[in-house]
Amino acid sequence: MTRDRVEAWLVNGALVAVALVAVFPLAWMISVSMMAPGEASTSPPPLVPAAPTLDAYRALFTRGHIARNLLNSVGLAVAATALSLAFNVSAGYAFAKLRFAGRELTWKLLLGVMLVPAQVAMIPLFLLLKQVGLVNSYAGVLLPAMANVFGIFLVRQYALGIPDELLEAARIDGASEWRIFVAVVLPVLRPILVTLAIFAFLASWNDFLWPLIVLTDDAKQTLPVAIAALSREHAGDNELMMAGSVVTIVPVLAVVLALQRYYIQGLLSGSVKG
Amino acid sequence: MIRAAVIACVLLACHADDAAVTVRLWAMGPEGEVVGTLVADFERAHPGVHVEVQQLPWTSAHEKLLTAFVGDATPDVTALGNTWLPELAELGALAPLDAEIARSSVIAPADYFPGVWDINRLDDHVFGVPWYVDTRLVFYRTDLFAAAGFARVPTSWPDWLAALRAIKHQVGAARFAILLPVDEFEQLLALALQQDEPLIRDGRWGNFESAGFRRALTFYLQLFAEQLAPVVTDVQVSNPWDELARGYFACFLHGPWSIGELRRRLPAAQQALWSTAPLPGPNGPGASIAGGTSFVVFRRAAHPREAWQLIEYLSRPDVERRFYALTGDLPPRRSAWADPELTGDAQVAAFRDQLERVKRTPPVPEWERIATEMRTVSERAARRVSPATTPGELAAIVDDAARELDARVDQMLDKRRWILDRREAAR
Amino acid sequence: MTRRAGWSFVSPAVTAIAVVLIVPVLAALALSFTDFDLYGVADRHNVRFIGLANYRHLLATPLFWSALGNTAFFVAVGAPLSIAVSLGAALLLDGRLVRARGAFRTALFAPVVTTVVAVAVIWRDLFHTRYGFLNYVLGGLGVHPIDWLGDPHWSMPAMIVFAVWKNFGYNMIIFIAGLQSIPGELYEAARIDGAGRVARFRHITLPALAPTLLLVTILTMVGYFQLFAEPYVMTRGGPAQSTTSVLYFMYEEGFKWWNLGYASAVAFVLFAIMLAGTLLQLALARRWSRA
Repeated sequence: MTRDRVEAWLVNGALVAVALVAVFPLAWMISVSMMAPGEASTSPPPLVPAAPTLDAYRALFTRGHIARNLLNSVGLAVAATALSLAFNVSAGYAFAKLRFAGRELTWKLLLGVMLVPAQVAMIPLFLLLKQVGLVNSYAGVLLPAMANVFGIFLVRQYALGIPDELLEAARIDGASEWRIFVAVVLPVLRPILVTLAIFAFLASWNDFLWPLIVLTDDAKQTLPVAIAALSREHAGDNELMMAGSVVTIVPVLAVVLALQRYYIQGLLSGSVKG
Repeated sequence: MIRAAVIACVLLACHADDAAVTVRLWAMGPEGEVVGTLVADFERAHPGVHVEVQQLPWTSAHEKLLTAFVGDATPDVTALGNTWLPELAELGALAPLDAEIARSSVIAPADYFPGVWDINRLDDHVFGVPWYVDTRLVFYRTDLFAAAGFARVPTSWPDWLAALRAIKHQVGAARFAILLPVDEFEQLLALALQQDEPLIRDGRWGNFESAGFRRALTFYLQLFAEQLAPVVTDVQVSNPWDELARGYFACFLHGPWSIGELRRRLPAAQQALWSTAPLPGPNGPGASIAGGTSFVVFRRAAHPREAWQLIEYLSRPDVERRFYALTGDLPPRRSAWADPELTGDAQVAAFRDQLERVKRTPPVPEWERIATEMRTVSERAARRVSPATTPGELAAIVDDAARELDARVDQMLDKRRWILDRREAAR
Repeated sequence: MTRRAGWSFVSPAVTAIAVVLIVPVLAALALSFTDFDLYGVADRHNVRFIGLANYRHLLATPLFWSALGNTAFFVAVGAPLSIAVSLGAALLLDGRLVRARGAFRTALFAPVVTTVVAVAVIWRDLFHTRYGFLNYVLGGLGVHPIDWLGDPHWSMPAMIVFAVWKNFGYNMIIFIAGLQSIPGELYEAARIDGAGRVARFRHITLPALAPTLLLVTILTMVGYFQLFAEPYVMTRGGPAQSTTSVLYFMYEEGFKWWNLGYASAVAFVLFAIMLAGTLLQLALARRWSRA
């Protein structure tokens, strides 16, 4: 009994320590974003602002196009999520449940493609965008979002668990395959759709290299690229950049943590079962 | 998918401008933030023309310009760092401006400093109109130099070195005599341009093993070896103006924009404690980089006519003087210099003096890459020297660096040599 | 019937993957045998087929080797460290005496969901030599200030600290699931046999986690090989190119200098290395599981 209590203290104490390390930078980011200019650049570094102020946020939104960048990021992430759902759900289901010529071969090929780092394709893809005039367009940024082997993989793993009898019953009723997909399969797949949506949204929201290359106009840039530009040009203005980081991180963090049940579930079905 | 993409584009780009013509202007650095106020007057004078200004950070401007060129996404007009002009002109990205200049009543080539105007000329065409001039010289703390026994910055390297040593002796181990960020190439470049030998031979081969460049590199490295300069990057010292005020170092090499930064950032009590001086040379007043920014019009510009009107407006002597007042950037035209505010300013006088002795960087398209390589090699060398380094070891480090630099530069120019050969064969 | 339906279900995705991934990868392979560069963009006649010259040049470039060395260091030190922290955190969280399990899990998982670029900005401040928290805390322990991002010897360790903080929560979740799938009776039986805590970990937990561990190792290493955003934001590849990774090198060659043929060769060498690393791990794992 007492041994258990000691152990409980040790385990929970260790967890508190690890949690502190994990959360401290984020908490400190919020704290610095509310400090007066230059306040954070003192030694010892202050933990909380002497007089909390939202000036850094005001400065952030009045200079440059941060509000516009925020809107761009949201719009692109929503569109990328929609594209990912539109392209990958039906494919993932078909690879799991429908029989067609070349299925196994195609699936193996796709699994092989998963090993290719996206960066290998970037240069030719950029030249392709140039050919069709999509450089500096949102469509150009969204193009890679259509192809997401991992998304197909995720849906396929989940769809493997759909009982065949369910589909057969619908087929005997004379329903077409697409009708079955919409009426029977999609409702069953709902949890994994939420997962896929979160993955796609996060991937787009956090993406950096591709929008950096494709979009040349400041006004079209996404939030992470704008923050990176800020941090290279205004390296001295700490508080301003922290405010930018808060805007980039906190809203999405809140949403994803609220939905973490789905996110984590997907993470597991995508990796462990495979 | 196409429909979704189109919808997304429509949703995101829904703020259409109602003005008939939108001229897209890119400008770099702090000037990009300031030019907006000048443009407002231009728009008032030209109803129906809207100017969209985009600011590019200097650190990513070059890659952004090239990306835009490769992706066919260039703006109408850009204020271009003029060392990049040969590159973009060679690639056919820029429109020649000879006809416009000949017709113009505003832009008179004879009014510009000849050295500055010539930078914009390539193969018998003019591709740019200078906006402001820029060169590197010494910003220094008058009190720290005085305390070491020097009323002003000496004009020759040996005397300069003596002054820096005397200062270092006074300020101790934690402070320094000069700041030379090891990840910037401009400082070493300025010293190298003071030499007689060119840095690139025939536009085809690196010439860094020449006695001149080795002399410049030796002097440069000596400043680190004797710990007169700290081995720091500009990531570490991102605000040199405040650090100068704090006395972290007694001088640094910067351009005219630092006049404005110092006047804005330092309290009134410290304004009398700094000044500027021409760059010392090996045996007396030396040359410095013929830098600055020129307006160029892109070949793919959607509105070249309006772009040219904008250039003419921003090149007017009165507008250039206003621009000087806003930024401290120095005008390239003599008529704009006929301003008591400029002529009577002691801190600016050193620039007027230095502008008499400026040299351009080699006009090869690969120049930016070469300069970056020079910085890489010199940074590595700067990290290898210490007070324990003997003169023999220093000479070996310099030889290594020069040899490596020539090898890398020759490799970079390989394609250019092939193109030049082919061009000559075709003639 | 299903036959035709099957293709109508998968063809949009397969087409997209072909257009966006497969064709560009093949095109990159072709590009890597040319000297396509800015001159080539300006005029197609300036492009030459040069066979393997890009690859030869690459192997003779010191910066490529140091970038490879930096990346290898990041992978070899960062990945095991990251996995060890994940496993440790998972074991802690899986203990039966943990209070407020959900809250702890959320806290440890939070860094995973953040944007690299934005948190890199925070860490750049935490790493600051004179004003940073890390040196302040270390100073309290009697450690002299470390020039994390300015000293070529410390810049890579700084990247690793940052990456471990950012990523460990992801693998932690996978490990928790793995731990929960181990039947409790196994531990009970071992306890009755008198096996201690360490023995139980070695003989029950580790073998049961082996497949998960293999997967996590491969995914983590593949991810760590692609180091880019951290040095781009924090150090620009410096100081003295000590944080220039292979991908950063490729980015500079490709999208800074537009040596597209050469950069494609870099991308393929990186791909080959990652593929070889993955196959090697799979082969080793197969051998161990047989032994």
